[in-house]
Amino acid sequence: MKIKKVLALLVAAALCVCLFAACGNGGTDTTSDNAADSTSAPASSDTEAKGTFKIGNVGPLTGDAAIYGNAVANGIKIAVEEINALGGVQFDFRADDDVADGETSVNAYNHLLDWGMQVLIGPVTTGAAIAVSTKVNEDRVFAITPSASSKDVIDGKDNMYQVCFTDPNQGTASADYISENLKDNKLAVIYRNDDAYSQGVRDTFVKEAAVKGVEIVYEGTFTKDTATDFSVQLTAAQAAGATTVFLPIYYQPASVILKQAHDMGYQPTFFGVDGMDGILTMEGFDTSLAEGVMLLTPFSADSKDEKTQSFVTKYKEKYGETPNQFAADGYDAAYIVYNAIVKAGCTSDMSTSEICEKIVSVMPTLTYDGITGKGMTWQKTGEVSKAPSAVVIKDGAYVTP
Amino acid sequence: MEFLSYLISGISLGSVYAIIALGYTMVYGIAKMLNFAHGDVIMVGGYISYTFMAYLNCPGWLSVIVAMLVCTILGVLIEGFAYRPLREAPSLAVLITAIGVSYLLQNLALLIWKPDPISYPSLIGGTFKLFGGQLSISYISILTIAACIVIMVALTLFTSKTKMGKAMRACSEDKGAAQLMGINVNRTISVTFAIGSALAAVAGVLLCSSYPSLVPTTGSMPGIKAFTAAVFGGIGSIPGAFLGGILLGVIEAFAKAYISTQLANSIVFAMLIIVLLVRPAGLLGKYVPEKV
Amino acid sequence: MKNLNKKLSGAAKKDLLTYVFVIAAFIIVNILSSAGVLGRSKQGLLVPICCYIVMALSLNLTVGVMGELSLGHAGFMSIGAFTGVVVSMSLVESIPSAPVRLLIAMVCGAVFAGLAGLLIGIPVLRLRGDYLAIVTLAFGEIIKELINCLIVGYDTNGLHIIFNFRGDKSIADLNLVEGGTAIIKGAQGATGTKTIATFTAGFILILVSLFIILNFVRSRTGRAVLAIRDNRIAAESVGINIMKYKMIAFVISTAIAGAAGALYGLNYSNLSATKFDFNTSILVLVFVVLGGLGNMLGSIIAATVLYILPEALREFADYRMLLYAIVLILVMLATNSPKLRNLFQKIIPFKKKEGGKVE
Repeated sequence: MKIKKVLALLVAAALCVCLFAACGNGGTDTTSDNAADSTSAPASSDTEAKGTFKIGNVGPLTGDAAIYGNAVANGIKIAVEEINALGGVQFDFRADDDVADGETSVNAYNHLLDWGMQVLIGPVTTGAAIAVSTKVNEDRVFAITPSASSKDVIDGKDNMYQVCFTDPNQGTASADYISENLKDNKLAVIYRNDDAYSQGVRDTFVKEAAVKGVEIVYEGTFTKDTATDFSVQLTAAQAAGATTVFLPIYYQPASVILKQAHDMGYQPTFFGVDGMDGILTMEGFDTSLAEGVMLLTPFSADSKDEKTQSFVTKYKEKYGETPNQFAADGYDAAYIVYNAIVKAGCTSDMSTSEICEKIVSVMPTLTYDGITGKGMTWQKTGEVSKAPSAVVIKDGAYVTP
Repeated sequence: MEFLSYLISGISLGSVYAIIALGYTMVYGIAKMLNFAHGDVIMVGGYISYTFMAYLNCPGWLSVIVAMLVCTILGVLIEGFAYRPLREAPSLAVLITAIGVSYLLQNLALLIWKPDPISYPSLIGGTFKLFGGQLSISYISILTIAACIVIMVALTLFTSKTKMGKAMRACSEDKGAAQLMGINVNRTISVTFAIGSALAAVAGVLLCSSYPSLVPTTGSMPGIKAFTAAVFGGIGSIPGAFLGGILLGVIEAFAKAYISTQLANSIVFAMLIIVLLVRPAGLLGKYVPEKV
Repeated sequence: MKNLNKKLSGAAKKDLLTYVFVIAAFIIVNILSSAGVLGRSKQGLLVPICCYIVMALSLNLTVGVMGELSLGHAGFMSIGAFTGVVVSMSLVESIPSAPVRLLIAMVCGAVFAGLAGLLIGIPVLRLRGDYLAIVTLAFGEIIKELINCLIVGYDTNGLHIIFNFRGDKSIADLNLVEGGTAIIKGAQGATGTKTIATFTAGFILILVSLFIILNFVRSRTGRAVLAIRDNRIAAESVGINIMKYKMIAFVISTAIAGAAGALYGLNYSNLSATKFDFNTSILVLVFVVLGGLGNMLGSIIAATVLYILPEALREFADYRMLLYAIVLILVMLATNSPKLRNLFQKIIPFKKKEGGKVE
């Protein structure tokens, strides 16, 4: 008993040390540049943006969804380096882990506020983003999520913006595209029914498909726990005579579906949404399996666009892999915040809520050309409008049909 | 025809569960502990064999052997460092330690292999067509089922015929008495962990070959399912684990096909509950009445 | 007589110490937070810590007092959480006062989770040992998947509930009249919940749970449960109805878990069923085992320390969960291995001296 108590005390003591360590501002992901107040900005009127802003990001850096969080954080880091190199407004960036969980996400967000965060880029995943968005709205912190696509994230929160399409947008756009380009096709839908993103896209897709008269012959689901074997769903889809399979899911389960369909000798047209992006760069994936897959994606690493090329080169240099759409969303989000701060004329000594109100007031007038869309504009609700583009995978690369 | 193809995919999935469950059941039978880290050893096996295949251009069979070796060493190390000091401790303490080891392995894998999912190249590709192409069975399913049967038979022979196998059974009956008979209990348990972990490596390779997606958490759900399978068949019993694994796979496939894809797991678990209510020690488990 | 008195006061003293500790902790935290010493991140942790403390207390009743391993306790928390959210969201207009709504939500959460505990307890408590553990795990997973299929909405006509069994229903199928709100949206979970949970409510919940559990353990029924844990056969032979007493303890435990869930659910604007998975059950189990079986104060301390630990380790970024795992293993080894324990015994005298010097 005594030993246990002593141990408990030891653990508690160790904790206190950790807590104290936490009080110091030694962020692990800071890329600060203190040469902010250099001569470049004439310090005359308060409409000139200047100073070093503390930008936070919340996303899953560990756990199941770590790939998305890391990609976003890496994308932001590249943008922050470029922005700091410009010499004007400076960014001090820090990413905190939320394991894609709402509860931890709120903790991570609070932790960032303690660090002194002035603008939030995130959270990365939908569930976490909804949980944090309420807090952001109460605390009056400007937030823009690179990739949380549910409408619930922005609904009723005037200071929460999105870089990515909303789920309803994607579902509708997919159904429209299929009804125009893949007429007379019988459709099967396989989606993940314990995931807000997948379910959200599926719901609007099915609604729009009914309007457009697209016939859905089979709907199969899976959960996180049954995401290993899809042979049953594929057999059923094949038996139902589906010639197109709509997959509103992330690329990891999609890669398994493509492989298993190939093994079965089932060759429908697979149609995905933005979560499918990344499948071509997945390590070990045989890209010939994805031949003919169609997807809606705002970003393509193979694009000839100059900005995209420079981003992809930098990303490859720094992280040794091809960036996916999440990295691109993060990169764009950082630039959007930068442009908004410059346009609104915020200075870093303003309070967080002042910065928030100023940015909110300029967001609807902002136009931004990014690597995930040209001429992006925002509605007051926080929703982005940009053109979705459908691509087909040919010989391991995206081709616009 | 769909029925047959559901059945085959069920048996194939079930075979993977069965191989994992065999490892679970052996360890449980002797160490009387729920080794929650077992699922993560599967994941390590998958990653090791992938690394050898993709980066060192090893042939598939060699990578499997390397993975088995590495996992065997890992299993023995885990047992020696984390479980052996707790031999006399209450079983809950061991359970929590096993959970700690499971977190440890997952997070180490996250740091070493990064979180990005890896598409695992199949050991053997191709399919086998029947009835004029109406029914197709992939070679990897056939290999999985065959491997499962071979392992089950080999383990049964091992535990009943060899000296070490007999020592294992003796330890699982009564550790104290076994020790008095001159059996080195610690060594026997180490050997059990070694065998269980080697099986986990095989299971990892087969799991990833059939369902090719490898992330640091790949092993956890199959681990839990296999644990369920082991209990289903009667934990501690080798034929029981085999039967439980196969049945679990088939029930899961049929539940998905004919009842509901979203409740497939629930249906599997509901079957487990029903079986345990009728046979409280599992299908082939021995019910040991308590001595008063 | 004197001996009996001493023994009683010993147990009572320990209970008193637990209450004093909780109340003192509450007062200190309140002083610190009004003085502004606690940062945002620490204040944000207060309510979840309360929830997990109550969960740990509740599970301690099952695992520590009753002696049965439950691996699916998060399922009951989930039932409580979603019940609480539905109740609170449906009553937004009729009961504007947040604390009253929170109270009703917690009571309803407790009732529903308790009912589920009763239903599940009938098959589960017939089993023993690891078989019981696996069946609780199974029920936890089943609850998770069932809630995941649930679509609930509220409008002027009352509650609308759809069970999305085949995966082809969505919120639109609720046919809500205008002005109605969708409360639980299947996989998206409960979104847009008004967050009304407060630290004070959490503190009161801890006190109430403590009161119920400690009194239960010291009651006649509680002693029967303890007797069953220590020697089932002996207890049976003196005529104790095993099923009945175990059931009482289990239902109390699940009801408390439900109340904790309701508090938890009303602390976040978004809640999905997948949150309450096997890992959450394990997390709470770790609190209980580390705090000591049957030791309520231990559960409280362990839940607090272990919940803060991963947050405090944030500075280590990628290594954070790795460190957590290592700490977990080391603490288990240190507290349970006889060899290490001896080693610590040798070290302890020095430690004490060092402590003295500092003071």
